[in-house]
Amino acid sequence: MTVSASSTTAEETDAPEGPKFVFNWVGRIGLSVIVFWAIVAIFGPALAPHPPGEIVDWDYFGPVTSEFWMGTDYLGRDIFSRIIMGARYTVGIALAAVTLACTIGVLLGMVAAVAGGWFDMILSRFLDAYNGIPSLLFGLVVVAAVGSSIPVLVLTLTAIYMPGSYRFARALAVNINTMDFVTVARARGEATPYLILREIFPNILGPVLADLGLRFVFIVLVLSGLSFLGLGVQPPNADWGALVRENIEGLSLGAPAVLFPSVAIASLTISVNMFIDNLPTRIRDRSE
Amino acid sequence: MNRSLLPYILVAQRLGIALLTLIIVSFAVFFATALLPGDVAEILLGQAATPDAVAGLRDAMGLNEPALSRFVHWLLGLAQGDMGTSYVNNMEVAELVGGRLLNSLRLAGVVTLVSVPVALTLGICAAMWQGSMFDRAVSVLTISVVSVPEFMVATLAVLIFAVWLGWLPALSYGVDLDSWSAMLRAYAMPVISLSMVVSAQMIRMTRAAVIETINTPYVEMALLKGASLSRMVLRHALPNALGPIANAVALSLSYLVGGVIIVETIFNYPGVAKLMVDAVSTRDLPLIQSCAMIFCVSYLSLITLADLIAILSNPRLR
Repeated sequence: MTVSASSTTAEETDAPEGPKFVFNWVGRIGLSVIVFWAIVAIFGPALAPHPPGEIVDWDYFGPVTSEFWMGTDYLGRDIFSRIIMGARYTVGIALAAVTLACTIGVLLGMVAAVAGGWFDMILSRFLDAYNGIPSLLFGLVVVAAVGSSIPVLVLTLTAIYMPGSYRFARALAVNINTMDFVTVARARGEATPYLILREIFPNILGPVLADLGLRFVFIVLVLSGLSFLGLGVQPPNADWGALVRENIEGLSLGAPAVLFPSVAIASLTISVNMFIDNLPTRIRDRSE
Repeated sequence: MNRSLLPYILVAQRLGIALLTLIIVSFAVFFATALLPGDVAEILLGQAATPDAVAGLRDAMGLNEPALSRFVHWLLGLAQGDMGTSYVNNMEVAELVGGRLLNSLRLAGVVTLVSVPVALTLGICAAMWQGSMFDRAVSVLTISVVSVPEFMVATLAVLIFAVWLGWLPALSYGVDLDSWSAMLRAYAMPVISLSMVVSAQMIRMTRAAVIETINTPYVEMALLKGASLSRMVLRHALPNALGPIANAVALSLSYLVGGVIIVETIFNYPGVAKLMVDAVSTRDLPLIQSCAMIFCVSYLSLITLADLIAILSNPRLR
């Protein structure tokens, strides 16, 4: 019986000639910047020209030179190397948090949509109430209570963005749940796990991935905000937000040390947004 | 008869949800701060933490009562304006917060006065000339502001207006606020940064709301019968978009809550957010709880207000 559903999707993907998904140039630029930062995050230590924690210049807030490509920070450490290492923290923590948040949120959302009834009702109300807490504030309170460490940061960010993911997935899944092929599968006697994983999940995958991208951006922003307030990644390690905080004194000198970490954050978040905005509509709105 | 009651039922329902949310939020704030970390009495006594002294202080502070009764006690006190006493300097929290709250509200008020007219004008114009160069420029700008952290907007503002142009002092507050010009200069930078953050969101939502009404058949009809572009937008589309626009304004203003935390810190502005960030570093729990509740209540009232406007302005529910 699922054959009818899967054969229509198969027809759709086979029909157009040539490449399956055509990205326009804005989307391509976005994608290449994302890939660039992913590579930097993975191969960080090998790429850094100077040890990121070591004072290499006698001058502080040094200018851009051929040796220090992005200047030096308030202690005379090489900013270029510190940004490369910072990519690990920013990208790594945000990726871990967004993966956790979306996995939990989407699973709960699908279960709520299929199960319905009181389970759906209580969970939705509870998570809606959760949304009444401003995200940065939530982070502040948790860090004040438990102290800051990387696992705490990942879990806090997960907790902040899980309800949104739940709501998004539930809304999509409720629509799919009323379709004929799901009704047929249910009449056939399939259990809830089967319905969720084989019937509903493949049909909401595209929009869920797009939503994951946007949530990734939010998480990067909140993480940088927390680090900027001194409550995120703790010294001597530094993500990009912490790098801006460390060097904020150099702002009135117009130091490159405060400029480049900001540029790094902006390049990542803007290009993810560009990429998501320009995804082929077939991926983004597959459930329509 | 029954139909005319519908909006009131929805409003009552929404208010009920807000109240429920408030209780859950206060529960979360209380338990996150009061129950998780180590012993408050021990932290307070520091060096002098003998077992006897700790036990005595715990007793005096009521820490031995069950958590739930402490929560109810705290909530009742809060409802009556009793915010407790600061751990760090033994001052009444209400006293510490009072003046700071006024400062923050003043900042938020000025930002609202600046950003709402600017954002509405830009948003409506962008929708009116949809697809033009102007529209595209506004789109690119607002997307950029929305997708970078608040502190970066503030940093850039300092870099442009203070460092490169030299018009305004970089990081200044409380130097001397005697003259109007000094006050204007002190306020300018926080206001500019916050206004940019808040209006970017507002412009996007306003534009979307107006475009949605422009695409309706009755507006198309106005165009077909020969109304000019400005008449079509201002007389036919705009009145029907007012509800969604008001909703957008209230929702965007809720971004003030997050933005104000960053901006007050960066500019050393003596508001509630600065107080709270400082309290976090000294682990002054009663102060953190009160500040957190102030922020949650303002955030919650803004998003509830946005929902209420959306319900009441929808003529189909009347």
